[in-house]
Amino acid sequence: MSDIKRRDFLKATASVAAGTALGGSALWTPEAAAQQYKITPEKGATLRVLRWKRFVQGDEDVWAANTKKFTDLTGIPVRVDAEGWEDVRPKAAVAANVGSGPDIIISTMEDAHMYPEKLVDVSDVANYLGTKYGGWYDAATAYGMHDKKWVAIMMGAAGNALVYRASHVKAAGFDAVPKDMAGFLKLCQGLKAKGTPAGFALGNATGDSSWTHWLVWAHGGKLVDAKNNVVINSPETIAALEYSKQLYETFIPGTLSWLDPNNNKAFLDGQLSLTANGISVYYAAKTSKDEKLIEMTKDIEHAYFPVGLDGKARELNLVFPMMIFKYSKYPNAAKEYLRFMMEKEQYVPWQEASIGYVCHPLGAYEKSAFWTDDPKKTPYRDCMKNMTPNGYAGSLGYASAACVADFIIPNMVAEAASGSKTPKEAAARAQARAERYYKV
Amino acid sequence: MVARPKATQQTALARALDHRGVLGAMFMLPAALLLLVFLTYPLGLGTYLGFTDAKIGRPGHWIGLENFEYLWGDAVTRLALFNTLFYTVVASVIKFGLGLWLALLLNKHVPFKAALRAVVLLPFIVPTALSAIAFWWIYDSQFSILSWGLLKLGLIDQYIDFLGQPWHARFSTIAANIWRGVPFVAITLLAGLQTISPSYYEAASLDGASPWQQFRYVTLPLLTPIIAVVMTFSVLMTFTDFQLIYVLTRGGPLNSTHLMATLSFQRAISGGSLGEGAAIATAMVPFLLAVILLSYFGLQSRTWQQGGTDK
Repeated sequence: MSDIKRRDFLKATASVAAGTALGGSALWTPEAAAQQYKITPEKGATLRVLRWKRFVQGDEDVWAANTKKFTDLTGIPVRVDAEGWEDVRPKAAVAANVGSGPDIIISTMEDAHMYPEKLVDVSDVANYLGTKYGGWYDAATAYGMHDKKWVAIMMGAAGNALVYRASHVKAAGFDAVPKDMAGFLKLCQGLKAKGTPAGFALGNATGDSSWTHWLVWAHGGKLVDAKNNVVINSPETIAALEYSKQLYETFIPGTLSWLDPNNNKAFLDGQLSLTANGISVYYAAKTSKDEKLIEMTKDIEHAYFPVGLDGKARELNLVFPMMIFKYSKYPNAAKEYLRFMMEKEQYVPWQEASIGYVCHPLGAYEKSAFWTDDPKKTPYRDCMKNMTPNGYAGSLGYASAACVADFIIPNMVAEAASGSKTPKEAAARAQARAERYYKV
Repeated sequence: MVARPKATQQTALARALDHRGVLGAMFMLPAALLLLVFLTYPLGLGTYLGFTDAKIGRPGHWIGLENFEYLWGDAVTRLALFNTLFYTVVASVIKFGLGLWLALLLNKHVPFKAALRAVVLLPFIVPTALSAIAFWWIYDSQFSILSWGLLKLGLIDQYIDFLGQPWHARFSTIAANIWRGVPFVAITLLAGLQTISPSYYEAASLDGASPWQQFRYVTLPLLTPIIAVVMTFSVLMTFTDFQLIYVLTRGGPLNSTHLMATLSFQRAISGGSLGEGAAIATAMVPFLLAVILLSYFGLQSRTWQQGGTDK
């Protein structure tokens, strides 16, 4: 895990600093950045942190241990509260509006873009971390930076990848999951023919319906253009929906009803051979005491989503912004806490303990050994690198958030895939629904 | 004299307290305050929000009827309205039928009466979220015990997609709602049945009334006020159902089980469009009011209960 040597950083950062948008930091050398960065926490500071409740136990344990380390080092007491991830978002919005609440909230998706004026400018921390750790991925910059100012430090993203049974894919005549859309469809058809079908959630699944965004993007469709005009009703989208119809025919029955847990259950029961999920399926199998599951663990493999027709990878994952609110009496202490938690000494062990459930937002962390020690984890390493923000190709804000929460894209794909609407009708309906949120 | 003004004050207060109107108002004040703070204010605020473009964490501006105009044209909202009405009507009618039937049965002299009555109440006691999770497994597309049983019996050749097809999903959620709602109707109607004096039935049978006539002309009229109350509550609870749908389908598949309440939550809380969600909730009020008025005027004040004839 600590094979990231200082020299590697320098090499990595030198190349990245030249290429990526790091605000004004491109002028600094990493050395200078590290020297220049100095923040003194306020005297007598205490911090309250609200975060989403862990999905894997290791996350909670090591996060708490790192927090304790911070308190031991700085003398700043930190209280960490955790709540279900879907509850954090409304709470954060209310805290922003009311002007009181936890100093730091670790929420989801584009929250920092909804009330950027209520958040502490954390450009100094972001630039410091970016320079030191190989630069922020584009998606991290998109979610963390508003109007050229960093308003959130990205914790990372709970990544999705394809989870499949190696033996079933082989039996269907493939050595691995094809990297192109046409090949992927053929694989699903092959799996269906062998009676070991694929299945992707098409119900109102908050997390696992994100593959529908990949499907649309892969064909060149998008919800809005760069000027936030809704353009979902396009020939590209309709092509994606035609594709989804063929794909749906290969699915295991019942995917229209699937919510987040369904594919995990079906996969671990051996009924499902290919799906999209976080690393939790593999984790559950690996940590199980059940003979059958231990056996299955060997057969579970992960793969990247096929790239789009233009050859580009575009995936949607659940990102976690860490925001400091302006009402906080100790913004410097809060900045220090975030910096501390993102430093390699804390971040990498934490990431490892959560078995890579959270993918890092900083380039240097892709070199952590644990991503490659177990090659099955490797596809999850690049989740944030391959990520496209949900507001693509427009900006992030209330409208992009509302469209995701209203399941506009998943509903559209489900309508067309199941044949309850023609692709044209489904796209037109999505267009009308999205226009509502994107109106001024 | 120093004491006099004080004494006059006291008498004024004492006189005021002796006044029926003042005293009555004072006694009513705590209850009125409670209603105002915990009922009128939130309801008023919710209604007000429906006329604004408020987002979570951002105060809104008055936009008049815009939310409602949009919702009227929104296919998903229309579907949710249809779903809600369908869900409420079908579930309520069946709950009433089954509930009344159960109540009549339990009102007879059956062995282990007390135990049986307690058992009937069970589905109502189990927390909704828990029973919903049980139904979620029963209806699971891969692990359904119902499908499994029917398959083993050779009645079907593949698993039933309970929650995966719009009409299947609608009826499955309705069945779960009925399972949960019947005990409330049954037990309350049973309580109503027991208030009917046996002497009416004795008199009726002496007059040679058949069991059906006894039911039609004795039981039903005397039970009507209770039926009105029970069915009002039952319809209100069904119309505003949330937990069951949220656990089972989240409104899917293809929004075919989205009720007004779940859609309101999805738009307001998950989606952040507080104003629009409030507007959906507000749009439920006329329907609820209609139900209450109907039960009040239609069932509570029937002259035939007092031996007169209906106009």
